[in-house]
Amino acid sequence: MMPNDNRQQLSFWQAIATVVMVAGFYASYVRITQGLGGATNLSDQFPWGLWIGFDILCGVGLAAGGFTLAATVHIFNIERYKAILRPAILTAFLGYLLVVLALMFDLGLPYRIWHPLVMWNPHSVMFEVGWCVTLYTTVLALEFVPVVFERFRWTKALKIMRAFLIPLVILGVILSTLHQSSLGSLYLIVPEKLYPLWYTPLLPLMFFVSALCAGLAMTIFESWQSSKAFGKHLELPLLSSMGRVLAVLLSVYMTLRFVDLWNRGALRLLVARRTETYLFALEIALFVVPMFLLFRKRVYSNPHALYGSAVLVLFGFVANRLNVSVTGIEAASGTYYFPKWTEIAVTLAIVALGFTIFRFACKHLPIFAPLPVVERVPSRVPVPSVPVEAD
Amino acid sequence: MPKAILYDSTMCVGCRLCEKACAEHHTLPYNDDIAKEEKLSAHKLTAITTHGDKFMRRFCMNCVSPTCASVCPVAALKKSALGPVTYDSTRCIGCRYCMLACPYQVPTYQWNNRLPVVKKCDMCADRVAMGLQTACAEACPTGATKFGERDELIAEARQRLAANPGQYYSKIYGLEEVGGTSMLLLSAVPFEELGVKVSLPHEPLPMLTWHALSEIPTIVSVFGVLLGGVWWISHRKEEVAAAEQAEREKKS
Repeated sequence: MMPNDNRQQLSFWQAIATVVMVAGFYASYVRITQGLGGATNLSDQFPWGLWIGFDILCGVGLAAGGFTLAATVHIFNIERYKAILRPAILTAFLGYLLVVLALMFDLGLPYRIWHPLVMWNPHSVMFEVGWCVTLYTTVLALEFVPVVFERFRWTKALKIMRAFLIPLVILGVILSTLHQSSLGSLYLIVPEKLYPLWYTPLLPLMFFVSALCAGLAMTIFESWQSSKAFGKHLELPLLSSMGRVLAVLLSVYMTLRFVDLWNRGALRLLVARRTETYLFALEIALFVVPMFLLFRKRVYSNPHALYGSAVLVLFGFVANRLNVSVTGIEAASGTYYFPKWTEIAVTLAIVALGFTIFRFACKHLPIFAPLPVVERVPSRVPVPSVPVEAD
Repeated sequence: MPKAILYDSTMCVGCRLCEKACAEHHTLPYNDDIAKEEKLSAHKLTAITTHGDKFMRRFCMNCVSPTCASVCPVAALKKSALGPVTYDSTRCIGCRYCMLACPYQVPTYQWNNRLPVVKKCDMCADRVAMGLQTACAEACPTGATKFGERDELIAEARQRLAANPGQYYSKIYGLEEVGGTSMLLLSAVPFEELGVKVSLPHEPLPMLTWHALSEIPTIVSVFGVLLGGVWWISHRKEEVAAAEQAEREKKS
């Protein structure tokens, strides 16, 4: 990769990001001055839209790589994955911060976001999600903060953090399992509104397994992107084996989905000529195609094919969450919903903000290699897979 | 004892005095234009809907096991012993989960306010607490909307069905729907013809999420022990290997 190309490509994306951010700022102004009515196409019949469907449901799911890799490395003690643990934790931490940011747009009274912490209703799934997300964001901050300590060489603080690492990781896995599945449980309450291709008593399990898939796909995606952006060596053997695990997970997920459809007698709906049928087919294709691809050696050992398959899985995941939260609800709501430009602008701006902060963090913090960082790591030279936590 | 409202569609003449009284009691605007809006909104907590020569009333059903109260993360919505499902706007964060979850699509939102709150019929909880009937029942000139004890109103509805079987579609709506509602409906024709949702299950919906939520303690304890165990085993292997290595080096 020529350094010049790299710079040009970056400035292209930076230009796009700038435009998106400006649009996002204007949309935020509209949101603040005109309320949800002026900034969204939501209505009494359709109270949850793109901000919940994409920013929250997808945001949380795509951050699932953090707890999956933390468990792999620290609990299952599979040391070689350490090389990609930090970027995954950073992605997860950023992901959750952005989810909270998106929530500030979507809540009618965002300044009361802390209310669930003091005003309890243990019967509410939303209450549980609120608590889990708050706690898990804290856990992620604590899992990430050693990187900052390392940067400033605060050895004592590092040592203290290491003592708490294992309990923290375990807590993180439990909290993630709970709220990843609970995001599915949110929709258990609408049996007569959500189209039967998606409504199942197993929604929590479906959400959990698909979040694991999305987390792995996101880790592959983000490793590939960073290797391009920073001229960093791609940890191909690691990503290949992740790709193979992803193939297995995807087949588990697809089996669950179809056995469940069969058990509920919902398979016959697949002959209905309805928008839901086509969107369901699209979603399933986006899972099944990469699943078959990733079982092939030619695919999982080729960085481009591996990356392409991971991107397909990410699209499949987004399609699934939007189908559950938007398109699957639309028919029963008795109204039509398509997001307003402001909803789309805020969403894109949040994504762009994520990429920007990720880039900034990678530049200034020891994300890919422990300090001391060698200036300008030449590309193609493998970064030694040393333990990431320096003493 | 829980109170209820019996709305008998066959007695309703569509005068909309219930709408007017409701708006007055909740200090909401009411005029001819609003009267023509036949749907619930943040400024219209009850609505008479016209279906040919027949009428139906839309309002919060004030369910016996309210879905909205179960999903509210801050317990802003509550079921009171007297029947009304009340809403405390000072707790609300504006997540609108109640609106998604309500099987009747009743809660509405002040979409154009900068600091919006949820609006819905609260069965005149303040009046009911004082021993009065709801504003709508008081205003109804024909007795189509009648306020009283739920048990007594159910008995009365049964009596009306038995006395005039030809005049009524033989069903009391609200007896069993989603576990029962405080609003009981009677009609001359099948309820779906008057825009009433008839596909609802008879079990209270909150049980659906409660089943999932009650698994949490199990997940926490099983996962905690499991992950701790895996951690111990996976690191134990390493320790053993290191010890064996040291042993071998000692020997050689």
